[in-house]
Formats: sequence, C-alpha cells, structure tokens
Amino acid sequence: MEIESVIGLEIHTELSTRSKMFCSCSTRFGSSPNTQVCPVCLGLPGVLPVVNEEAVKIGIKTCLALNCEINRYTRFDRKNYYYPDLPKNYQISQQYIPIGVDGWVEFEVGEEVKRVRIHNVHLEEDAGKNVHEEGKNFSLVDLNRAGIPLLEIVTYPDMRSMEEVNSFMNELRNILIYIGASNCKMEEGHLRFEANVSIREKGSEELGPKVEMKNLNSFKSVLQALEYEIERQGARLRRGKPIYQETRLWNEEKGESYPMRFKEEAQDYRYFPEPDIPPLEISETMIEDIRATLPELPLKKRERFVKEYGLSKREAGVLVEEKEISCFFEEVVKACPHPRVVVNWIMGPVMRELNERGLTIGESKVTAAKLARLLEMVKSNLITQTNAKYCLHEIFDSGEEPEKIVQKRGWTQVTDAEEIEKIVREAILKNPRAVEDIKNGKKTAFGFLIGQVMKLSQGKANPGKVREILERELGSSSKGEG
Amino acid sequence: MSKLPFLPAHVLSGMVRKGEISFSDITSEVIARLEAQDKSINAYISRRLEAAREEAKALDESLARGEDLPPLAGIPLAVKDNICTQGFLTTCASKILYNFVPPYNATVVEKIKKEKMIIIGKTNMDEFAMGSSTENSYFGTTRNPWDYQRVPGGSSGGSTAAVAAGESIVALGSDTGGSIRQPASFCSVTGLKPTYGRVSRYGLVAFASSLDQIGPIARDVKDAYLLLKVIGGYDRCDSTSLPLPLPEEQLNGKVRGKILGLPKEYFSEGIDPKVKEIVEKAIKIWQEMGCIVKEITLPHTKYSVATYYIVAPCEASSNLARYDGVQYGFRNPEYTITGQNPVIDMMEETRDNGFGSEVKRRIMLGTFTLSHGYFEAYYLKAQKVRTLIKEDFEKAFQSCDFIVTPVSPTPPFKIGEKISDPLKMYLSDIFTIPVNLAGLPALSIPGGFTEQNLPVGVQIIGKPLDEYGILNLGFAFQEATDFHKRSPHGN
Repeated sequence: MEIESVIGLEIHTELSTRSKMFCSCSTRFGSSPNTQVCPVCLGLPGVLPVVNEEAVKIGIKTCLALNCEINRYTRFDRKNYYYPDLPKNYQISQQYIPIGVDGWVEFEVGEEVKRVRIHNVHLEEDAGKNVHEEGKNFSLVDLNRAGIPLLEIVTYPDMRSMEEVNSFMNELRNILIYIGASNCKMEEGHLRFEANVSIREKGSEELGPKVEMKNLNSFKSVLQALEYEIERQGARLRRGKPIYQETRLWNEEKGESYPMRFKEEAQDYRYFPEPDIPPLEISETMIEDIRATLPELPLKKRERFVKEYGLSKREAGVLVEEKEISCFFEEVVKACPHPRVVVNWIMGPVMRELNERGLTIGESKVTAAKLARLLEMVKSNLITQTNAKYCLHEIFDSGEEPEKIVQKRGWTQVTDAEEIEKIVREAILKNPRAVEDIKNGKKTAFGFLIGQVMKLSQGKANPGKVREILERELGSSSKGEG
Repeated sequence: MSKLPFLPAHVLSGMVRKGEISFSDITSEVIARLEAQDKSINAYISRRLEAAREEAKALDESLARGEDLPPLAGIPLAVKDNICTQGFLTTCASKILYNFVPPYNATVVEKIKKEKMIIIGKTNMDEFAMGSSTENSYFGTTRNPWDYQRVPGGSSGGSTAAVAAGESIVALGSDTGGSIRQPASFCSVTGLKPTYGRVSRYGLVAFASSLDQIGPIARDVKDAYLLLKVIGGYDRCDSTSLPLPLPEEQLNGKVRGKILGLPKEYFSEGIDPKVKEIVEKAIKIWQEMGCIVKEITLPHTKYSVATYYIVAPCEASSNLARYDGVQYGFRNPEYTITGQNPVIDMMEETRDNGFGSEVKRRIMLGTFTLSHGYFEAYYLKAQKVRTLIKEDFEKAFQSCDFIVTPVSPTPPFKIGEKISDPLKMYLSDIFTIPVNLAGLPALSIPGGFTEQNLPVGVQIIGKPLDEYGILNLGFAFQEATDFHKRSPHGN
C-alpha cells in the first residue's frame, strides 16, 4: 500500500513594525527583561488597546501578496486562556472575521508549479516569555515580547511531501521578506510553525485523523517533526493500530514528539468579539494604495530573470532566493549589460566572499557600480579573470574603486602582441624540455608553457593572446588544451 | 455646621472669586464633614486629606497672585475606586487589588488634574462595580447618608454618599447598568451617564467594556454639566471614544414644546406606588412649563435584564481574567507548590480567595455563556436582542425628545435586604440597564422624597449625544424645585 501524507501549516510571523500591536513600546529584540513594557502591554487594570495602523497595513499587504480576499470589515476577538506569560490572560486575535481569507501561494517543486491554498490570514499579539532557571522553585516572566504584532497564516492541508513543505516554507519566507512584512530571522523567533498531518492510502479522497504538531521553531524542526510523525502514523497503520486525532508537542533535542496531556489539549478559548476595539473598515482606496506598493514577488521575478536575462531556472532561483542579491544583480546588469558574466560572478566569487565573511551584500563594501566597472574591465580585456578576482577581494576588504586597485597593483592586462611575443619567446628559451615534449605530442606540456608565460607576465598577459602567439611560435597544432 | 460642603461647585467658585471664602475653606469644611461622619457612612476607601489641604492652599496663593484658574479649580472631588490614580491605591473594592497602586493616571484623572480640582480620596463601591447596593465591597458597606440603615445604591454608592453627605462637592462614578443613576437616586444627588464613548474609559478598571461609562455625580445639573466638560471628549487611548466635540451651550431651562415620552413598560407592575407618584409629579412640573407628554412603547424592555446578565458577565469574565496573582495585587500565600501544576494552583487559589461571591458568580456566568456550545445560544442571541432594544429607543425617539422614567423601582432599601437574593438585586436596575445596552445618555435627578424622607430620583433618557438636552430638562426642573438643595441634615 502506498501511503500519502496530507499536510497543512500554521505560520506565526513576527511583523517588522517598530512598535507593538496595541501600544507604542519598542519591538527591539534582545533587550533586558521587562524594559520594553508599558501599562498597556503589561495588561494592567484599566488599560485599553489601540491598534497599530502599520501592522494592519502590513497585514493587508501580506494578504494581497498571498492572493487573499481582504475582509473590508474586520474585527478583533479575544482568545481566553490562562498562562503566566499572557498578562491579560487573553490574547487579542482574530477568530471570526480575519483580515484576509481564501488565498494561495504558488511555488516550484522541481519542474512543476504547485499551489497551496491559504485558509486565512489574521493579526494577533504575541505573549511574553517564561524563564525557568535550573534548580529554582520559581519561574520568571519577561514581557518584552508581549504585544508584539504577529500575523498568523493558515494553509489548507494541500501539501503532500517533505519537498513540498520545504519549498512552500521557503517561498513563503521569501514573499514575507520581499514585501517587507517580516525580517524572518529564525533565531529571533520571527517564524514559528504548527503543522497538521494525516496519512491515507494514495489515491484516496478521504482524510485520516488529523494530528497537530506544536512547538516547531525552525524549518528543520518542521521537517523533522513531520517526518517523525508520518513514520509514526505509517507504522501504526501497517500494524493495524488506530491513529488518534490529537495534539503533539515536538521535542527538538530528543527528536521525538509526545502527546499533550488532555487538560492542555481540551482548551476552550471562549472566543468573543473584542469590545475595546471597534471593527476596522478597510476602504477600497486603502487596499489599492497598498497594492501599489507591492513589489514583484519571487515567482514572477524568477520567471522574468529566465526570460529577460537568459538565465537558467537554477540561476534565477539562486539569485531570487535573496531579495537583496536579485536587486543587486539587476543593478549590476544595468551598468554592465552582460547578464551571463554578471550571474557567473555573483554566484561564484561574490557569494563566496560573502559566505566567507558572513555578510549580506548590503553589509559588504561592494556596490553594484564597483562590480559593474570591474566586470567591464574584464569584458574589455583590461584585466585578467584571475586578477579581477584578487581585485574583488580587495574591494571587499577596503571598498576602494576597482580602477585604483588595478592601477596600484599594475594589473592592467597586456594585450599588445609584440610585448606578449617577447614574453613567449623568453618562456620558450627557458623551458626547452617542455618545447621538446610538445613536439613529441605531449599535450599537457602546452598548458604548462602557457602557465609559464602568465607567470613571467605577472598574470597580466591576456590568456587568449598568449595561446594564439604560443601556437604560432611553436607552429604546433595543440589546440583545445589549457 | 458649615453650609459650604452642601453648596454646588458653581456657587462655591463664585464665592471664592468674590473673596467671600477661600479654596482652603471649602476643602477644610469638606474634610471636617468627612472626619465627623465617614466612620459611619464609609464612603471612602482611601483618603488624601493632607495633600488636598496643601493643594487648596497652593491654589489660594495662585489666586492671590492673580493667576487665571479653570472654572472647577479648587473644587473637592471624590473618585470612584475603579478609576486609576497614579501612585495612589486603586482597589476596585476588591481583596484581589487591595494593594494595587497604578503607575499611571486614567485619562479622566489627567483632565481633573489639569482643571486643578482637588481629589479628596477614592470612594467605596461594589467590588469591580458589580452590584446595586455597595454591599459587595471588601472594605465594608457604605451607608446611605439619609438613613444609615439603608444602602446608598450601587455600585457608585461611595461617590453618591460622599456628595450627599458633604464629604465632597462632586464625584466621579462609573455606570455599567445604572451604577451612577441608581445610587444618585438613592442619595438624592444628580448623576449623569454620558453617551457611550463621550468620556474616555482609559484607566477605568473594566467591568463590561461595551457598557462601562464614567460620568459626573454632583449636587445639581449645572455642576454635572461643568464636570462633564472637564472629563469628556475624544481620547486616542480609547478606541471606543467618540471623536466629537462636547456641547458648549449654556443651560437655559427653555423646554417649552419638548416632547417627553413615557414608556408604558416602565410604569407597570413591580414599581413602588410612591416612586410612581413622585415621577408623575415631576412630569406634571414639566408639563406646566410647556412640555408635551406622550405615551410610548419600548417593547423589548422585558428582555433587557436577561440580555444584560449575559453580555456584562461575558465581558467581565474575560476582563477579570488578569487578576491571577502573577504580576500585581493579591497572591494567595498558601498555594501548593508541590502540586501537579503549581502555577495553575497559585492562580486558582488566588482567585478563589481574592474575589467576593458576586464577582465569582458573574465570572462563572460569563465563562459558561462563552463556552463552546453555548456561545451562539447565549452570547450571540443576547447581542441580537441588544440590537432590538437599541432599535426600540431609535423608534421611540422619532416621536419624542426625551424619555422620562423612574430610576429605580423602589426607594433605597435596607442593608441586607436583597444581598442574599441576587435576582431581586438584579431587578433593581431594570430601568437603567436598557440605557447602557443602547449606549444612550441618561440623567438621574432628585425628584422628591417618600414619607420616610427617603430620596427618589427621576431618570431622563436622551438621544445619542444629547447630554445637553437632558441636562437642560433637568436644569429646568431644578430651577422649579428645591429637592436637589436638601441635605440629609436638613436645610
């Protein structure tokens, strides 16, 4: 029996607003406990929430990017439950009329474009954090995070494999970054997941009992937890044991999940409309104004890169993966209209430098203009590929202009035939054995000799010219070597 | 005994400016009344008498320097203890907040301070404003200054008793289902519940958010109007506050030709005959001024108490969830730390020992009606009925300018009389509750006295935002009568 898994995700994403959802406290990460709090986010008696307009706008923008319908009349609701990190013992969320419904995300899985439908998108506030210190008989509560705006994105159970889940999460993350909704820093908890999964015989239309998985704080834990769960359910199915509808907590360290206790699971959140916040009316103008600010989304950008610049799907994928890189690419191409050269340089030396230095392109000293001018020099044979790479390295170090570096280092390429002839002759004189070998048909010796010429020219000789002249001087026919 | 504590603010203000008395005189006399009788009345939970004296003195000095002062500067004010005062105890008359000192001021308190009014103290109330008698207080019952054996009404009973007894000149109360108007009626003072959204709720400890409204309690309509102008207006900290200007016209008592609607449902069985008589007499006085009287109908009135006791407890059960012993207020010292879930144990025991029985009853009611499977049948249904009640008023106001009714079906009742029968207690708010459900402004003014010298109030309900209209109708009545000038000590 071939088993198919049916997977849906809930994604909690922390929005990139400067202030909290219902008060003006800062959302900065990593401050000392309870320093970014006020009566409102502490939930003191008598306080009232005031909706952060920026968060609503980002919510709408996200809905538009996810092809959702915007509820023109949207409302907040209270989700009631007791927990020490929840100062009011209710969370302001959106249960009945969320900001957006019925959208979808399209993304590529291999050669295919896959669509996952979005059930709803809603705004809510984050809770604080309980801190349990080893050996203490008390816990501490940090409320800096309480009230930070979250957007929860709920999908339909439209995913069927780990590969789809992975691609979906990547695509969604990219979209959120592209539209500026969230910085999606995993280590700061900007993206948190809940997953639900059931299994069934492939081809069946019925859904099996749904198991919900909580506490998934990275892509890795989503994938591991799902794999674990699918395996667990599969084993039960094969042994003829029943699968129960339940909620399970993922334990990252142990790499296993365990069922939540009944008491934890059987929550009745007693949702009801938040009386402190009148319903929001979202005008057509507001929606259109926000729509006008939507940037090109990753999928469209990839398609355009393939078409417009003649890139391969893989290349387009790598560039578009990081919004900054894709913008950088286009800027460079604007000044140096050789997309193939540019893509090779960005995916090669530039990314290598970035990785080694642990920087993003924006943080580095390389600008699109500098790279473009460097590549123009390569293109017009003013500098060799090898020296261009050294030059790039130096730009990364100092941010100096490429022309200055090349001049300072004397890397201007020698293309003058006479000058190269001189060096070639010198190399021939110095390496009689290699010349002998070439004459005896040993092809590798030709490459060796080119190397010697380059060395004598301190890397400045144009390799094409060197080959041409060397061939002529030796009168050999050893072509295609290098 | 000095007459000063029984004069309205607008008169006192004039006397100060004419140099007949000083701000210090007013404050000292009020404090003298408080010290003489509050042990018996128990209108205040906490006091700031020394600070009040100093503030009065400073204002006298300002005045002597010729500085301009706002109209209500130097007027003693009592604040209901569910309104947050920075650095000063705010208990909601509950054990669970017995030690809570807010780090911020309610918007109305900020405005009071800007007006340079003098806060005498925080007044007693039913715990979390849940009750109609001020008997549900952790700090003991407040007594009615007109008859110590009787309740002052509630939940703002401390505020109305303080004004009635000359322990303050004006006061702030809050009204969720009648909590300003019913005690105003019981204590023979003037109380206004403004249109929902007129006065910021920021800093008012929430009971039922969609019904709560802060309002002025005063000796007469003129003072109530002055105080409304101080505390009202849009506040960006309260998303439900209305971005509309407050009325500015002077009260002129011109009411000729105004149509008074008398809802037949409010004058039927269950109403004390003496109350009925007093309200009818009041109506006659208005008729003599040229008002036209008309019977109207508010057919859904009979559902209002039931509706209220679903909506209000639902919101309360959520609003009061935060009192769990974690961050502030009372924490039960003997929670079982070794239990399965010590945090939950701590919360449960804190709430069990921190809340009084009426509050617990309403939390349970609300928790039940919001729970899975009941939400639609109770909460959503109640919201629909609420809309019908609102529409009743809209229709009625198409054919009248004001609606005149009793405030409470009875004069002040005896302490202990209804406390063990919640349903009876709930029904004492039957004439005030529909107004909150509809969000309308309503005024309670002294209408007369029973043979036993017990006060009876008259309620004037207005169209949304028509505070001026109802105050002006009340003003006309007070120009023609002297009930509002009587004090429990005779005049």
